[in-house]
Amino acid sequence: MIKVTNLSKYYGAKRALGPVSFEIDDGEAVGFLGLNGAGKTTVLRMLACDLRPSDGSISVGGVDAVASPQEVKKRIGFVPENPPIYADMTVADYLKFAAELRGMRKADYTRRIPEVLGLTHLTDVAGEVIGTLSHGYRQRVGVAQAIVHNPKLLILDEPTRGLDPVQIIEMRAMIQDLKHAHTILISSHILSEISQTCDRLLVLGRGEILGSGTEDELTGHAPDVTQVIVAITASETSDGGAAAARAALTAVDGVTTVGEARRVHGTLTFAVACERDVRAAVGKAVIDAGLPLVRLDSVHSELEQTFIRLVGAPGGGAN
Amino acid sequence: MSATFTIYKRELAAYVRSPVGWVVAAAALLVQGILFQANALQGEKLSADVLRQFFWSMSGTTMFLAMILSIRLIAEERQTQSIVLLNTSPVSDAQIVVGKFLAAGTFLALILALSVYMPLMIKVNGKVTGAQIFVGYLGLWLLGASYLAIGMFASSLTRHQLVAGVLGTLFGGVMTLLYPLAKKLDEPFKGVLSQMDAWWGHYQGGFMVGVLTLENVVYYLALTYFFLLLTVKTMEAKRWH
Repeated sequence: MIKVTNLSKYYGAKRALGPVSFEIDDGEAVGFLGLNGAGKTTVLRMLACDLRPSDGSISVGGVDAVASPQEVKKRIGFVPENPPIYADMTVADYLKFAAELRGMRKADYTRRIPEVLGLTHLTDVAGEVIGTLSHGYRQRVGVAQAIVHNPKLLILDEPTRGLDPVQIIEMRAMIQDLKHAHTILISSHILSEISQTCDRLLVLGRGEILGSGTEDELTGHAPDVTQVIVAITASETSDGGAAAARAALTAVDGVTTVGEARRVHGTLTFAVACERDVRAAVGKAVIDAGLPLVRLDSVHSELEQTFIRLVGAPGGGAN
Repeated sequence: MSATFTIYKRELAAYVRSPVGWVVAAAALLVQGILFQANALQGEKLSADVLRQFFWSMSGTTMFLAMILSIRLIAEERQTQSIVLLNTSPVSDAQIVVGKFLAAGTFLALILALSVYMPLMIKVNGKVTGAQIFVGYLGLWLLGASYLAIGMFASSLTRHQLVAGVLGTLFGGVMTLLYPLAKKLDEPFKGVLSQMDAWWGHYQGGFMVGVLTLENVVYYLALTYFFLLLTVKTMEAKRWH
């Protein structure tokens, strides 16, 4: 579906990206992961034919994106970080405009637009002026314009940035729905965000591909547990049982430090740093100490650890 | 439906929906009405002179209008980043530029049409012909179209409308002042620059006095084409950044 070979971008003498090479198969959902400034947006803009590469080639469905950008654009839907909307248009008029730009016939877009409004949960606001909508709705309008012509490839650049938690969950669910009909390329700097949505990750840093694979493949093993969150019901004693809980937790093999107790709504919560996954041992220790356990969670290693490990291993370290 | 017509429809609707377009149009017509009253209706004058004065003052209003209408066309799209939709759709830069230019040209023609009651009053009370009025308006629109193209070129250079306005005024001002500058120079610069001037020779010496020549029509079409081409090339170049 997509084959990128030795793609690079220079601004004057300064190298912004590359050379990078990767392939994405039909029907895959691939996440582009990298810290801010890693070159994610540059790659996505070049794939969407919004920016010309300095060197290298991009082939989408066998068509060269540099030689025949207009042909490639018909196969691509692009949602940039800031949705490309016209604030003075209604949602329905805007989608009609986007469909006509993509060369759709009236009969086709008359049938397709209600489908797209349904997929993006915009039916209720179809007649509203876009300028009056919230950021979450505008982001959905951005997705709607990108899928109105039913492209094979859908490219989303940081689609959840600026959204509130509820909107993030809704956007994530929408992307899951879109996976059935489109090959998806999505960028983010939040590992947990795209590892839930994508089949495969491409890690980008210093303008190069540092690693490629599933989250487990990238980290080299099952996700690291570096911290355990433990909560107990506070007792009637003056410290609520904090001293007893701390003693029990500190005694567990593998626990390195036990954080200060936070008292919230009748519970005491501890952040326990550990060398390995000690949840079973911690749970047993708390119960054996006669303390009422109400919560036991793990915190996995985040992008920073994975990313730093990849950066520290020249040539990747993952496959 | 061609992409040019799709973009044309959207831009024209944006002008019609926007209060700014109508406020500018109303202000221009008010100023023009006051000038007409002050210049044309005071004292006894030949109707041909009154019509000439009308088209003289109207040309300044038209150049101003063209600049106001055009500076937002591309700069605003860059500022709001809505241009990404156009850039990632199967549409050429030339289609984008032509669609937007035609929309601005249509809205300009609409505003010009709203001023037609003034020359019609001259016709009713004087001895000017419909053809003279038509030629005058054709000249106004061609002059306006070339300044729309100049403004669009300025708009393609930056994402800030204010900067685009300053650049457009600068470029337009230079094109308007070439003739007085040429008079201070020797040949061959005198002849070349006076032929390049956009207001004095081709408009004042032709359309404004009711004289329609192919040379003047071709001049304005060429000037418009030149600046539209520069706009297209600027947009293409921006894809490298």
